[in-house]
Amino acid sequence: MPKNNTENRLVTWSHLWKVGDNISTDHILPSRFMTQVEPYELAANCMAGCVPQFSSRILQGDVLAAGENLGYGSSREQAPQALKYAGVSAVIAKSFARIFYRNCFNVGIPAIVCPAFVEESSEGDLIEVNLEVGLIYNETLGKSYEFTKPPEFMLTYIKLGGLIPYLEEQMSKA
Amino acid sequence: MGLTITEKIIASKARVKNVSPGQIHDVPVDIAYIHDNNGPIALQQFSRLPKAKVWDPDKVYFVLDHHSPSTTFRAAQHHRNIRDFAKQYGCHLIDVGRGVSHSVMAEDGVPRPGKILVGTDSHSVGLGTFGCLSTGIGSTEMASVLATGKIWLKVPETVKVVLEGKMPFGIGAKDVALLILKHFGPCFLNYMAIEFTGPLLDSLTIEERMTITIMGLEMGVKNALMPVDEKLLTKLGTTRDNEEIITADSDARYISEVHFDVSNLQPMLATPGLPTNGTDVSKAEGTEIQQATLGSCSGAFYHDLEQAARILAGRKVHPGVRFVIVPNSSRVILEAASTGIIQTLMEAGAIISSPSCGTCAGYEVGCLASGEVCISTTTRNMDGRMGAGGKIYLASAYTVAASAVAGHITDPRILLGGEVDA
Repeated sequence: MPKNNTENRLVTWSHLWKVGDNISTDHILPSRFMTQVEPYELAANCMAGCVPQFSSRILQGDVLAAGENLGYGSSREQAPQALKYAGVSAVIAKSFARIFYRNCFNVGIPAIVCPAFVEESSEGDLIEVNLEVGLIYNETLGKSYEFTKPPEFMLTYIKLGGLIPYLEEQMSKA
Repeated sequence: MGLTITEKIIASKARVKNVSPGQIHDVPVDIAYIHDNNGPIALQQFSRLPKAKVWDPDKVYFVLDHHSPSTTFRAAQHHRNIRDFAKQYGCHLIDVGRGVSHSVMAEDGVPRPGKILVGTDSHSVGLGTFGCLSTGIGSTEMASVLATGKIWLKVPETVKVVLEGKMPFGIGAKDVALLILKHFGPCFLNYMAIEFTGPLLDSLTIEERMTITIMGLEMGVKNALMPVDEKLLTKLGTTRDNEEIITADSDARYISEVHFDVSNLQPMLATPGLPTNGTDVSKAEGTEIQQATLGSCSGAFYHDLEQAARILAGRKVHPGVRFVIVPNSSRVILEAASTGIIQTLMEAGAIISSPSCGTCAGYEVGCLASGEVCISTTTRNMDGRMGAGGKIYLASAYTVAASAVAGHITDPRILLGGEVDA
């Protein structure tokens, strides 16, 4: 049984996709697509620079794992947006580039730092993520991994669907 | 324990006495600037906030620089939407044809010491050359800044980089940047601030300093700072008394301090894949190229065109090479026209394009076909950056221009009339 089986599971039974170190935003969404703004366009070209036919192979809710420095380079938010619209429910990496990290939370995708999980897990593994507890369970390996939870306000971004809904709530309170 | 410049700026803006790395503070933004690549989504997100107004239009600059002048019908529509938005709220608009946001903002004297700037471009770190905290953010976060005038910042650790020695013959600021990048790698400085100091800075122009700070982003930095000196104040047309000049405390805590002496620096290259793949130019000598490029916020200042002209004067670009020059501002072109540099470059067969981010990411200017090789002064060389299957070497304008003449990657010092001491 998964050890993090609580009400607060964020991602339930997802397949894992795995990429290497220094996957840049140019890999995730190449510059040639940068005038695109519609969700379906961004989804269709997600990972066009490094994983062939990603968007047609991904299943809704899948998780992307990466090595060091995921989201290196350009500030383009179209990269995490493309991941979101393609169906990626969380990204887990050994480390993140800082703008990409912020962008993920701002568009409503949790970005999780967990080097041990990335090291030991393989593409196709079945996993579950619990953001509230700070735990990833790899069903295929039968092993749990702890990670440091992001600050509370960033968890709220994820619950509400990103920075804009969060801001809407703040502004309506004001 | 004393504070670094970055810590002091955050403390001052957050109105707290002391800060330490890892703390999160809300700070007011002094200047926000938005380009046409990330502007469309920023405006889309802003429009989702029902009662939002731009918090202070006078502090907001829109710069149309990535797809400029409108390179596609789609870009034209984005430009129109941005112009309409800027007009509606009374924000500043720097329209197509003026150049890359960072160089134009610098020329217009927008960045000021002690301020906090956020830009939708990752290379916004370059404006830290002006003694301010300048960093890149995404579109949604910019929508939030437009509505609230605030942002949260995590206080970064600071690395001190001391630049020493004398610039050797045939070496440019880009070579120095590539040397530093090679040392730290692509993510060693993630989330950190970098504070440059040291005697080499005195000999560099403001634009040469920007070449270095802009490239700092490729090591993951949150922001890059250079000290405020008389040269910078003169450039801004101001005096010490009129600015909020912040210096590091003598007992400031740095996570590390690294010294670079450039006196024996050889021409550098970053081999394809990562800007941090630094090596000596001799390692790739003879590699055939199909394109040579001067471009980007970091690599197409007046000094870059001037360096290229020194190589190209009286010579021709190799027939197998297209030499594409995308200056980073209209003022660079005007200045280079008045000094005869544009004529020298064009007579040699170089192509001068209108000022924009252009070729740096293959934004419809200077793209590569699969299998082609380019040597470039631009900021990045990730796979596919200028077109799928194309390979990019990064180098100084001297090395790029010399390679354009030779038709292959080569050491520029011979064409400059010097000797190669490697």
